[in-house]
Amino acid sequence: MITIKVNGTSHQLDVEDDTPLLWVLREEIGLTGTKFGCGIAACGACTVHVNGEAMRSCSVLAGSVDGAEITTIEGLSPDSTHPVQQAWLTEQVPQCGYCQSGQIMATAAFLKTNPNPTDADIDANLTNICRCGTYERLRRAVHRAAALMRA
Amino acid sequence: MTNTTLSRRTFITTALTAAGGLALGVGIEGPAEAASLGVRPWGDEGKRYPGEINAWVVIEPDDTVIIRYGRAEMGQGSFTALPQILAEELECDWAFVKPEYASANRNLRENKVYGSLATGGSRAVRETGVMVQQAGASARERLIAAAAKRWSVPASECAAAMSKVAHKPTGRTFRFGELAADAAAIKLDKEPALKRPDQYTFIGRRLARLDVPLKINGSAKYGIDLEVPGMVRAAIIKCPVFGGTVKSVDEGAIAGRRGVLQVVKLKDAVAVVADRFFRAQTALNALPIEWEVGAAGAANSAQFRKEYLDALDQKGVEARHDGNVDAAMPMAAKVIEATYEVPIIAHAPMEPLNAIAHVQADRVDVWVGTQNADLALALAAQASGVKPENVYIHNTFSGGGFGRRLGPDEVAQAVAISKAVGKPVKLIWTREEEIRQGRYRTQAAIRFKAGFAADGTAIALDMRNSAGSSNPANVRNGLDPQTTQGLVNTAYKLPNYRVVSILKNTHVPLGPWRAPGHSQNVFFMESFIDEMAHASGKDPVALRRELLAHRPDFQRVLDLLVEKGDWGKPMPRGKGRGVAIHESYDSIVGMTAEVAVTNGEVKVERVVIVCDCGVVVNPRGVETQLEGGMIYGLSAALFGEITVKNGRVEQGNFDTYPVVRYKDAPKTEVFITPTPGKRWGGVGEPGATMIQPAVTNAIFAATGKRLRSLPIAGQDLSGGA
Ligand code: FES
Ligand code: FES
Repeated sequence: MITIKVNGTSHQLDVEDDTPLLWVLREEIGLTGTKFGCGIAACGACTVHVNGEAMRSCSVLAGSVDGAEITTIEGLSPDSTHPVQQAWLTEQVPQCGYCQSGQIMATAAFLKTNPNPTDADIDANLTNICRCGTYERLRRAVHRAAALMRA
Repeated sequence: MTNTTLSRRTFITTALTAAGGLALGVGIEGPAEAASLGVRPWGDEGKRYPGEINAWVVIEPDDTVIIRYGRAEMGQGSFTALPQILAEELECDWAFVKPEYASANRNLRENKVYGSLATGGSRAVRETGVMVQQAGASARERLIAAAAKRWSVPASECAAAMSKVAHKPTGRTFRFGELAADAAAIKLDKEPALKRPDQYTFIGRRLARLDVPLKINGSAKYGIDLEVPGMVRAAIIKCPVFGGTVKSVDEGAIAGRRGVLQVVKLKDAVAVVADRFFRAQTALNALPIEWEVGAAGAANSAQFRKEYLDALDQKGVEARHDGNVDAAMPMAAKVIEATYEVPIIAHAPMEPLNAIAHVQADRVDVWVGTQNADLALALAAQASGVKPENVYIHNTFSGGGFGRRLGPDEVAQAVAISKAVGKPVKLIWTREEEIRQGRYRTQAAIRFKAGFAADGTAIALDMRNSAGSSNPANVRNGLDPQTTQGLVNTAYKLPNYRVVSILKNTHVPLGPWRAPGHSQNVFFMESFIDEMAHASGKDPVALRRELLAHRPDFQRVLDLLVEKGDWGKPMPRGKGRGVAIHESYDSIVGMTAEVAVTNGEVKVERVVIVCDCGVVVNPRGVETQLEGGMIYGLSAALFGEITVKNGRVEQGNFDTYPVVRYKDAPKTEVFITPTPGKRWGGVGEPGATMIQPAVTNAIFAATGKRLRSLPIAGQDLSGGA
């Protein structure tokens, strides 16, 4: 039995300790915005915030997050108004969109630690995969989000 | 159907408020109010709409325009582009437009009213464009006729605009919603003519995509996200040696595991069904399975490579022959030869394959993101034994397709499992299953020979190509048109030109990979054209101009490419610029790539793309498709390689099958040179082909090293060859 707070709501869950947080979110709580892409922490599609830090939920075990506060894409803002989401909208980033929850969550956490990143900082810190190849727009949107957050 | 549509109108208002009047001046180009798209974009099969004007268009009493569209939305923006085309003719207010998937079941029952529902070959706009225009124009004329009838005035006195029909002399108006039911009953004497491209006011606008608001907050529903009542979940492994079968399964090994419901043995695969996916997957991992693999269990990549290279010496079939190559080649003052090859590659769409199937005695429902709803329906009927008329495919958003979702293997599996357990089942493939059970791009090899006259003019080009057919049904007289695409249909004009094709398949299943045929052949051709330029002492752009002298449209693309891509501008040591150009899917795309090679490491720094695709439906759509295609092709060029050992694919996930990430992605600029005319060029695929030779040509410019195989990673880039 674990207790986690997801997007402000507490959940008591009877899951095996070795269940990846990704599947807890998707199948126990029904939050499907967090995506399965690889299951081995290699793509970032499953990125969520655990106690404010970006983590790849496919490789975070339920037993290790007992008591944690978790934010998923659904809880990043109530109405898609988080600066990162706004920047994504303005730059029209998503194509298939499947990687974008993870991209947005990774960026939101990254910009808290680096409010004014250079391209090199982005390359070094944002490693999420986008198979549709939206990197050009992603990069623009990261800079735009950073500007919105600084303002 | 639950519809939690986030209307763009609300969205933009809230966005402005929260921004506190900040930098949102940039905003989104396009109408302030835009149409909406449901998070579950499939229609309600059971509902009959009185306002159904034709199979494509339903207008509800509140003016909502439901546009039914049959091609997949897998990221390419077709759910915006096609409605945009229809709205041009319908003269409706974009704010009322709501696209949804056309029903594959209806397509079957009503004799293909939507045409083919397969989405491949950059076809979505190219082929459906005119059908959609016609549907829109027809609906508009019938709405006008309905209004004229009510007013008892000639239809010629009425006009449609912004979802209203007006009687011009009196200024009276009806909303479309008030007319739809009447319009549905009207039969026109003849179908109206379509607008000419110079009359377009809506096509060509940089509209925001309808699906973006759903894809920034997690609300868009992909197949993998859906839940149906009573559903259980399944994990699967198919025999890792293609063509192999299940020999034995030791079910006792997983007996009593929490949540595990059943082991389902298919002929060539084993599935574990459980209440949760993770439980199903871990049980499957622990399940001892023996496979019957046969002779294919000894196959490996080195052998494939040799077979395709050896095949170049076999007889083959002429796919094209201009002039007389055998007579011309001996006359050449200079001859160059080169052999190129590419390995097998996988698609790796971001969303692993999955499907939900619910098989009942007389009805099958499947929820799946597919590029081919028609085929999904046929496979589901076959796997269930239920009549095709009683099979319903609910197409969802797809997390990428790139050709992989054209062959819906997961649908047949999900249906078979649901049938076995008697419940709705959601089947999810792991990434490993996706990489190891692909329908891969073929291994291929080619041998080129070019002859030049004494003055350096290219007089003969001869090529022998070995590749696998992804669909034996396409083979006619020993040729599969797909394997020679990009060789046969090049625009280059030489007096003597020959393509000989040798088809060769192994036990590896093949399928269309973004820009099938072109994908490897443009790499071959555009690399060798580059070799020909250097061999005859010509600038690579200059030689292309020469061989394309008869094509002013190509020259225009090259003009802009030279200008924007800084062609000819000197680069520092260790850096180089490469070019490629080709026409495919009715679009001419030219590309330059700039690379830096440092200690044998390649970094693609900048890419410039110039495109002539005829009618531009939505410039942003063109740009993003070309950018995205380029990145997709760059992954293949830099890293793409599937190897087989003991009949099995060795790679399994993004650790062993790397793809482009931020750090590998070049700065990219796209320019469009529209030519007048009615051509609807496809843009989903050309980017993926052109980048491969543009990069290797740039590496040659930087280092003098000619790469004649892919991927680039792992190749020795020191010293010229
Ligand atoms: S699914 Fe977690 S990183 Fe890929
Ligand atoms: S938008 Fe499709 S994978 Fe990123």
